[in-house]
Amino acid sequence: MEEKLVYTKPESLTEGKTHYCPGCGHGIIHKLIAEIMDEMDIREETIVVAPVGCSVLIYNYLNADGIESAHGRAPAVATGVKRVHPDKIVISYQGDGDLLAIGTGETIHAANRGENITVIFVNNAIYGMTGGQMAPTTMPDQITKTTPYGRDVADVGYPIRACEMINTLAAPVYIERTSIHDVKNIRKTKKAIKKALTNQKEGKGYSFVEVLSTCPTNWGVNPVTAAKWVETAMMPYYPLGVFREEKEKV
Amino acid sequence: MARGRPEIDIDRCKGCALCTEACPQKILEMSIETNNQGNSYSQCIDESKCTACTMCAVQCPDSAIQIYRIVQEAK
Amino acid sequence: MSKTVLMKGNEALAEAAIRAGCTHYFGYPITPQNEIPAYMAKEMPGRGGCFLQAESEVAAINMVFGASGAGARTMTSTSSPGMSLKQEGLSYLAGAELPCVVVNMMRGGPGLGGIAGSQADYFQATRGGGNGDYRSIVLAPGNVQELADLTVDAFELADKYRMVVTILGDGYLGQMSEPVILPEPKVNPPAKPWAVSGNKGRKPNQVMSLRLTPEDYLEKHNIHLQELYSNVEDKEPRAEQFLCDDAEFIIVSYGTSSRIVRKAVKQLREEGIKVGLFRPITLWPYPMKELNELSKKVQKVLTVEMSAGQMLEDVKVAVNGLAEVDFYGRLGGAVPESAEIINIIKGYR
Repeated sequence: MEEKLVYTKPESLTEGKTHYCPGCGHGIIHKLIAEIMDEMDIREETIVVAPVGCSVLIYNYLNADGIESAHGRAPAVATGVKRVHPDKIVISYQGDGDLLAIGTGETIHAANRGENITVIFVNNAIYGMTGGQMAPTTMPDQITKTTPYGRDVADVGYPIRACEMINTLAAPVYIERTSIHDVKNIRKTKKAIKKALTNQKEGKGYSFVEVLSTCPTNWGVNPVTAAKWVETAMMPYYPLGVFREEKEKV
Repeated sequence: MARGRPEIDIDRCKGCALCTEACPQKILEMSIETNNQGNSYSQCIDESKCTACTMCAVQCPDSAIQIYRIVQEAK
Repeated sequence: MSKTVLMKGNEALAEAAIRAGCTHYFGYPITPQNEIPAYMAKEMPGRGGCFLQAESEVAAINMVFGASGAGARTMTSTSSPGMSLKQEGLSYLAGAELPCVVVNMMRGGPGLGGIAGSQADYFQATRGGGNGDYRSIVLAPGNVQELADLTVDAFELADKYRMVVTILGDGYLGQMSEPVILPEPKVNPPAKPWAVSGNKGRKPNQVMSLRLTPEDYLEKHNIHLQELYSNVEDKEPRAEQFLCDDAEFIIVSYGTSSRIVRKAVKQLREEGIKVGLFRPITLWPYPMKELNELSKKVQKVLTVEMSAGQMLEDVKVAVNGLAEVDFYGRLGGAVPESAEIINIIKGYR
């Protein structure tokens, strides 16, 4: 009886252990990106733009060229890189603060220009790196370090839906929201990211994938409970699905 | 009859337990012993029930699980 | 064959940048430098370059970060309030050792200020408004010809040292039209094996300024940067000395102020007064040694600038007590008058 290895760490993921907390969604999403880099054979032509946040060291975990960006500026840095190397695959990987707070301007304008890049937005409804403060995506009444009595929408407004906002712009060719809280949705996330990267490879235009993710440490729950909370608390407000999928270049 | 088996790198495992939820056969449990990081790790308590569905490995944020599928010899 | 053309300062600078091999320009409109993005928008597409109007000065400097990290000769331009916005980006560029050219056509401040030229960003340019221990090379053109020539030098210096090079002009220089012979440099940028470009045939590159461990990593990196800056301070200071050889008094001035000083010096010389102009062309590294040497031979050093006295501090350091240092400045974009300068020098006798 012989056995065949059918699932292992992708080549495009580096060897070492990550610094992410147990159960953190980043580990899953990095792994999916790496698997797709292997499958599409784009490892040697990928340039990843790192954000400021827990995933600031993503360039240590993906086996490809990496460039840092100031907080929120990743889409602008990605624009600069892509304008110099239009034939390379440029990925901007960002969290809630990076994409929807300090970087709102850069997010909207790179999307509006239809830069042929792929933006992956990891939405875990909180600021992880800095210890759990409110994010633009924090749910109403959610307790964080800067909303210790719960997010008061009368004071600080409602959470922002990134996909819906980007969907008002003419240029983007592909916008989808997925989740990584269970295996079925992890597989859908992989399909979405693969579609987005294929779009870039084919020169179709700007693709945006928002992935609902977990932050067990700052939500104050264990990873299994955190995964369930994505389904019960986040998904009703952030519906999953394809918002836009253009077949041809816009 | 086992159709596969998981190979778990116990020192890579951070003890998040997501795989134990993901496994449809419910054959993964967290250990009582700790690894060299001081956390419990996932272990397969009944390999005979493994179907090599890969769900535990897909769920794992740390690429700590490899899956082998048993290839039957032709009779 | 080089011929003389009449060109506006901002446009001469932009043309020189393209000739110097700038392939990627990112900018945002702000008075008094709008001719630069307009010129780039018109010229870049036809000459194989990229012009992109960014959504803000912040976005523009970060696009420069990306393009520079990807290995291109890239630049942005702005005026004083926009330069404030770019400080974060400049610090990141310095930390990541990325070459680029940044143009500041100064205007009156602080805040929104005015739109006439001024010299009140000297501290911002030479002390660095971004966080951390870093320096950038600062070039100070004094006329339209220098706006062109120093732009070529800026790209060379940026690539040579992997540093930010600031061209510190002002609204008057940018708006005036003068005859200029446009440079025809040989464009031969050095190889940039450290850039991000897809890692075929090599290990992946990482362009970043983040180095988390102080003793092991960040301190070592900072020591390396300081050694780099020391080297630049040794090799690159530049100044012009106009009628300084036998001078009893010298006037230290740069950019637009220096043009008025030059006129005053010529007039004073006609009246037999031994005065000279010392005009720094690099504001960082400041020509400390040269000015110090000169100070040994003179009685008084007058600093003239369109500010409350910013370069004055570097002059005092350079002179180091060897002569008395005096100051005449105009504020908020007002222009110094040669009559006033002449009076002051006459008053020294």
